[in-house]
Amino acid sequence: MTVADHPKCGAGGLGCEVLKNLALSGFTDIHVIDMDTIDVSNLNRQFLFRAADVGKPKATVAAEFVMRRVKGVTITPYYGAIQDKGPDYYMQFQLVICGLDSVEARRWINATLVDMVDPENQESLKPLIDGGTEGFKGQSRVILPTLSSCYECSLDMLTPRAAVPMCTLASIPRQPAHCIEWASILEWPRIMGDKKLDNDDPEHITWLYEKALERAKEFNITGVTYSMTQGVVKNIIPAIASTNAIIAASCCNEALKIITSCSPFMNNYMMYMGDEGVYTHTFEHEKKEGCPVCGTLATDYEASGEWTLDEFIERLKEKPDIQIKKPTLSTERRKLYYAGPPQLMEMTRPNLDKKLKDLMDSGEEVAITDPGLPFSLRLNVIFSK
Amino acid sequence: MLKIWSMKQQQAASNAEGGPKKKKVTAAQLRAQKDITELALPSTMRTNFPDPEDILNFTLTIEPDEGMYKGGSFNFTFAINQNFPHEPPKVKCTQKIYHPNIDLEGNVCLNILREDWKPVLNLNAVIVGLQFLFLEPNPSDPLNKEAAEDLRLTRENFKRNVKSSMQGGYIKNVQFDKVLK
Ligand SMILES: [Zn+2]
Repeated sequence: MTVADHPKCGAGGLGCEVLKNLALSGFTDIHVIDMDTIDVSNLNRQFLFRAADVGKPKATVAAEFVMRRVKGVTITPYYGAIQDKGPDYYMQFQLVICGLDSVEARRWINATLVDMVDPENQESLKPLIDGGTEGFKGQSRVILPTLSSCYECSLDMLTPRAAVPMCTLASIPRQPAHCIEWASILEWPRIMGDKKLDNDDPEHITWLYEKALERAKEFNITGVTYSMTQGVVKNIIPAIASTNAIIAASCCNEALKIITSCSPFMNNYMMYMGDEGVYTHTFEHEKKEGCPVCGTLATDYEASGEWTLDEFIERLKEKPDIQIKKPTLSTERRKLYYAGPPQLMEMTRPNLDKKLKDLMDSGEEVAITDPGLPFSLRLNVIFSK
Repeated sequence: MLKIWSMKQQQAASNAEGGPKKKKVTAAQLRAQKDITELALPSTMRTNFPDPEDILNFTLTIEPDEGMYKGGSFNFTFAINQNFPHEPPKVKCTQKIYHPNIDLEGNVCLNILREDWKPVLNLNAVIVGLQFLFLEPNPSDPLNKEAAEDLRLTRENFKRNVKSSMQGGYIKNVQFDKVLK
């Protein structure tokens, strides 16, 4: 999801709230991205949608609704994935607010905004405000790409999805969810072979539901339903309207403070727990040393395009501040040299005799890993004239 | 907004960076690169990349030199997605083998592939875990219930069944793949 004046955001549970708050706070130019269409089950809390809207894109319907209701605001919807758009698109915004429901999408927008930062261009630094909720819990945070702790820095802190051991699913299911997971993880591939399970295909969900129901009967487990099947397969945690409202309010406050400088903005992470009363804790999440997105910003390295890759590696090894011994190097489009395993080493060895200018363009980023480096290193290799 | 930029300028003064913006290697890809090139494989294991351009999909062959599965050659596919290392790699055995922790479809019951996966773990830990499954099959985490029961009841009988399964024999009307090297 997106905001312009430019904020930009999604249009789901959090998105509806954020869009409403932004419009009522006086933002006049907002863009919203969302790849979902409206489902009947959204109507209870995604208040910008009506029964007649079922099946239509959330972004479009939300934009129209808020524009009808709030005079003077322009909302531009985009129905699609955030990944459809590149840096040129994100460059038009002043900041980005996201209420995404997937780790993958969050990692993507985070990495994209970090990459966009160009020290020569003030406009390229786009604050990212990220909100998320899970039942009665939620968090909001402000990320200043390259300056403060990013999403990737705290990835290890995320509680992974509580998984049940495979053998429990296979032999001693105890809960309805175990039967559903058994159907999707073990039974689907067994019966369907290579056919990919599509979580959005009602026929596929029905198939899983029926299999799970049979299995539940066999183990005397009750409670398997179609909507539960959908929830387990899509990993949906029940959304609580008030949690969404609280987190969205926090995100919008931060957007307002950043844009208007009326008050200092959050530094930089707020967690909210509503399961036992109301508890919030705001703290500064620190940048992680060696974060693969923001901790290893590419440094410029001057080289001659006439050097062979081998020569380049030897010179890197001589640099006392790098300390590499057995490096592996790659660019976004190709492997330059792999120090192992044997098959990849054989394949990339001929590159050692090639000239840098035949392997990469000047300014291209080379990512280096080495057993001696706990993290990775990124160099923008710039050819000297 | 201006204040944020002055923070950036202070940082830039102490930090040389910049240059034209080019596409970067993704965090998942970079972590996979590090894990794969730093695998410490003993002589009983080797990797194969069917498409060497794609490091996110490969196979691992394990040839145990001790234990009940000695003499066999076992193949596993590894599939790493863009959520790595937040999510574990997906690992499957490509052969039908008689093992209490591996079912007939090739699913593997190994805690670090599911409930105990953490981003700080690496591919080497997974590979060590797989190797261990062949040295110490574990009847208390059954994925193939018959095999687990067999192992629990009489170790000797289980051993015989493992031998015959590895030769492509039948156990309780199920034919297993010949996996002798
Ligand atoms: Zn970071």
